[in-house]
Amino acid sequence: MKQYIPTPSPHTHGSLSVARIMLTVWLALLPASLYAIYLFGWPVLNLLLLTAATALLAEAATLWLAGKDIRRGIGDGSGLLTAWLLAMTLPPWAPWWIAVVGALFAVVVGKQVFGGIGQNLFNPAMLGRVALLIAFPLEMTTWVSPQPLFSAAAPGFLDSLTITFIGVPNIDALSGATVLGQMKTDLGRGVPLEAILPGMFTLQQGAVGEMRGSLGETSALLILGGGLFLLLRRLITWHIPVAMLGSVALLSTLMHLIDPARYADAPLHLLSGGLMLGAFFIATDPVGSPSSPRGQLLFGAACGALIYIIRTWAGFPEGVAFAVLLMNAATPLIDHYLRPRIYGRDREGKPLDYSRGAFARRLERYQGRRP
Amino acid sequence: MRLFRFKGGAHPDEHKVTTELPISRMPMPARLYLPLQQHIGAPAVPVVKVGERVLKGQLLAKASGPVSAPVHASTSGVVTAIDEFTAPHPSGLPVRSIVLEADGKEEWGDNIVPIDPFKLSPEEIAKRVGEAGIVGMGGAAFPAAVKLNLGSRQRIHTLIINGGECEPYLTCDDRLMQERPGPIIDGVLLMLKALNCERAFIAVENNKPAAQSALREACAAYPGIEVVGVPTRYPMGSEKQMIQTLTGLEVPAGGLGADIGVIVHNVATAYAVQEALRHGRPLISRIVTVSGGAIRTPANLEVPLGTLAEELVKFCGGLSETPQRQLLGGPMMGTSLPHLEVPIVKGSNGVLALSAAEMRLQPAPQPCIRCGRCVQACPVGLLPLEMAARARNGKVEEALDYGLMDCIACGTCSYVCPASIPLTQYFNFAKGELARKRSEAQKADRTRELARARQARLEREAEEKREAAARRKAEREAKKRAEQAAAEQEAAS
Repeated sequence: MKQYIPTPSPHTHGSLSVARIMLTVWLALLPASLYAIYLFGWPVLNLLLLTAATALLAEAATLWLAGKDIRRGIGDGSGLLTAWLLAMTLPPWAPWWIAVVGALFAVVVGKQVFGGIGQNLFNPAMLGRVALLIAFPLEMTTWVSPQPLFSAAAPGFLDSLTITFIGVPNIDALSGATVLGQMKTDLGRGVPLEAILPGMFTLQQGAVGEMRGSLGETSALLILGGGLFLLLRRLITWHIPVAMLGSVALLSTLMHLIDPARYADAPLHLLSGGLMLGAFFIATDPVGSPSSPRGQLLFGAACGALIYIIRTWAGFPEGVAFAVLLMNAATPLIDHYLRPRIYGRDREGKPLDYSRGAFARRLERYQGRRP
Repeated sequence: MRLFRFKGGAHPDEHKVTTELPISRMPMPARLYLPLQQHIGAPAVPVVKVGERVLKGQLLAKASGPVSAPVHASTSGVVTAIDEFTAPHPSGLPVRSIVLEADGKEEWGDNIVPIDPFKLSPEEIAKRVGEAGIVGMGGAAFPAAVKLNLGSRQRIHTLIINGGECEPYLTCDDRLMQERPGPIIDGVLLMLKALNCERAFIAVENNKPAAQSALREACAAYPGIEVVGVPTRYPMGSEKQMIQTLTGLEVPAGGLGADIGVIVHNVATAYAVQEALRHGRPLISRIVTVSGGAIRTPANLEVPLGTLAEELVKFCGGLSETPQRQLLGGPMMGTSLPHLEVPIVKGSNGVLALSAAEMRLQPAPQPCIRCGRCVQACPVGLLPLEMAARARNGKVEEALDYGLMDCIACGTCSYVCPASIPLTQYFNFAKGELARKRSEAQKADRTRELARARQARLEREAEEKREAAARRKAEREAKKRAEQAAAEQEAAS
């Protein structure tokens, strides 16, 4: 007789799988990615493809080394998503080796060394970005001005290969600073905000994205749309994005009220830099964020506060990656202390006592109720 | 009426294809297999002998102990064996059962029916419910009389009649509510009397509007009974979650609903109570949903207890394809069966034969990505991912610290997990492991105690021996001295 193996309940399953989650997040990133290709031309496509291909190969190689199932390890699409997110934080005309080194670092050191999917303490894409930023500060802060596809200044497809693989000799002529970068430099020299911002930043620019920045930093609206799509598909919950954007908005409004000449207002902070991308796509990465709703609120709020502090008082003009990595490190602690309340128990874990205090009153009130 | 929300939950595909199909009577099979243990508690003790002819409704095995339930003959016939037969349990292990060969006469034994059951005392109602072998028919099969007796000990302010039926596929309670609302209400009134309680809510999920309106019509004359539509969300039918939904109160951890004055009974239990007290019929049949993609014609059947699941499937036209899995109960909490040669018992609400496609069978589990969907889905407020990680590494004590014993095993976390990790299975394993460790610790304690007692006894015996030896020595010496003294005296004289 065939050995019968009892199968445990439940005997049915929801339709969600890890691969589907990754695919949906990638879809949510697609509009912003396409816009970036439009805004900065074909070099952006080169970067996206190069990062993805490197990540794929690196992942396959590490899985092979570790003796794991390569097809399953790659099949969930998490490595590709990491690569895509990393590419979204790169300057649009970054050279090919930036993409390659970043993807290698993110996938190999950020993810596989920790044991693969689900095991990494830090967000691999952000780890890759920070490694690049510290190792290659010049290449990582060379922001080319928008050259929309099919406009006169836009590079052709062949030019784009030159840009990515050989480099542009006169890139300084084509590039400038981001809003946050300009603010950091000029405020340091004592220039007030009202002298910096004109010609540099309007709300419309920030929202639509026609300005300098990484691929995922320019169009706040498209990123926001992708984020709302994720919320709608219930792939993320509102807690982290709302807490993160809320704390940045709160802090910037507060400081702006204190000194409008030195501290930019909330709309500028919300619409510039990588904040939107961070709030919806990076900080919500489940692996490194807390699992309880209260933990997520704390995580998001702390990320937002760190971002504002780094942008305003630290050495770097932008701090999304640093903030998320710092909070990734705090996640195990948050998860340990902020657990959800268990049914029938109080927050301390003791069984509810309906014979005393507020609970007794509640029971009494209930007993008095008539149908 | 104001409802409250329980945390989490899920919306599995309903598959309630049998909701419009009237209950049909399953013909009496030739042979019935009645396990002595169809309930939580001690197994019943047979009072009939092999070869004895019994009448329908006759007591076959009596309850043993305070938490137990008797077993009655589902039809008239001859007892042909009292032996071990496959249990309706995933292990497929045997359990002691009474085998009854039906004679086809359906001859009822005497049944004493009170003229008006409402004239009975609460204790007498509970006693008769116990004698009729009625257990919780929602699946847990806890003896109903035990719960009805609680009214004498604690004040019960609310009786909740559970018509949630939140498991996919199952429609047995739904049909019962649609077709026999009057008897159900009658049973509820009797239960209220037994519990000395004045208020009853009949909670029915909103995906069963026909059942709701049938019950509303039937209870219109009774202001103490209210039919409450509750949201369709798994696990609404779980006792704790239902109490929370209706009252906003939570059963304290480790306690019972009665601790906060609430008792929950299933609708089918209320119906069985009415059958026993109005008509003197013990619990000898129940309604079972036969469904699933591999069943040719799904149906709701009224089945004599002890009928093999196999016969139900045959009655429903057999299998249209080889099922991926055969279940007793619903797909969320039901048990998978090695084969269908197992009897329908008091707690069996469904026989399902599922095809692979409808099960959405997943490939092997993938690593946890800590997405927290299990945390969002857990109706108890646990962290299934953390508990599973610990259970998996054998750290059951740590899993306990995360609330393992508060888990109600509803399976919602496993259902939603995108990595298809069998979380519930990890918890079942950990609970079993914990029970094993506890019993081992108890055994070790007992052994240590025995060893200590033995040591004490040996020491005492040695002491006694020493004392006896000393006494003897003293006696000898005294004797010697006396002899010496006598000799001296003799010499002196």
